[in-house]
Amino acid sequence: MTVLDVRRDEEALTLTLVAEFDAPPARVWQVWEDPRQLERWWGPPTWPATFDRHEFRPGGRSAYYMTGPDGTKAHGWFEFTLVEAPDRLEFNDGFADQSGMPTDTIAPTHAVVTFEAAGDGTRMTVLSQFTSLDQLQQMAKMGMEEGLTLAMGQIDDVLKD
Amino acid sequence: MVVDQGADRVFHALADATRRDILARVIHDGWSVSALASRYPMSFAAVQKHVAVLERAGLVTKERRGREQVVHGEVTTLRRAAGLLGEIEELWRHRVRGIEDVLGRDT
Repeated sequence: MTVLDVRRDEEALTLTLVAEFDAPPARVWQVWEDPRQLERWWGPPTWPATFDRHEFRPGGRSAYYMTGPDGTKAHGWFEFTLVEAPDRLEFNDGFADQSGMPTDTIAPTHAVVTFEAAGDGTRMTVLSQFTSLDQLQQMAKMGMEEGLTLAMGQIDDVLKD
Repeated sequence: MVVDQGADRVFHALADATRRDILARVIHDGWSVSALASRYPMSFAAVQKHVAVLERAGLVTKERRGREQVVHGEVTTLRRAAGLLGEIEELWRHRVRGIEDVLGRDT
């Protein structure tokens, strides 16, 4: 398992995930930089992502959509606030309407991704800062049925003394 | 949305250690507020306030039994609260597996 650690902060609405990969930071950086690689892993199960635009630089924007099993398209966008290859990446990730226009009803997620050399590989840390439960629910709606199993396990965490 | 305000209340309610502890007790058996109050180094009123926060979040219900108020846990709401961030976590675990696949293809 390459996921080393996951921390949920229900009060601050953050999720921090630490993962390790058997490839150097410059290579792991490419899976974010190259839209063809990015769309192979960004979408939830059964909701593959397609990036129409991917301006991977500070101030740059991306436009993408994810296609559900019944053909429904869920549109999203990125706005990069910091791009420091191959160490650090910060961006906002929000929802868009069917024409790709950002929605202002649901606040974007702010993500901070860091890449550190760990032996011959890379330790990648993703900190997601959520701003509302609306947004969490929207994300959770898309093809995440197996999340339920995990949620059941978390109840035990919450309940244990 | 009413549902989402509910979720905010749930996260707020679970952010406090005393409230999580109260919830852990009442989820299996009903506890009277006075019995709960005897378990914490704080006033009866303070414990009552914690119970009220849990109640507003839909995590517990109160039932009057004679002179006592008995607190019960509501498992359904708790399950939903724990599920939200957990689902996003699962999404990221899925993404990490996806990145591994992408990286694996050029080795």
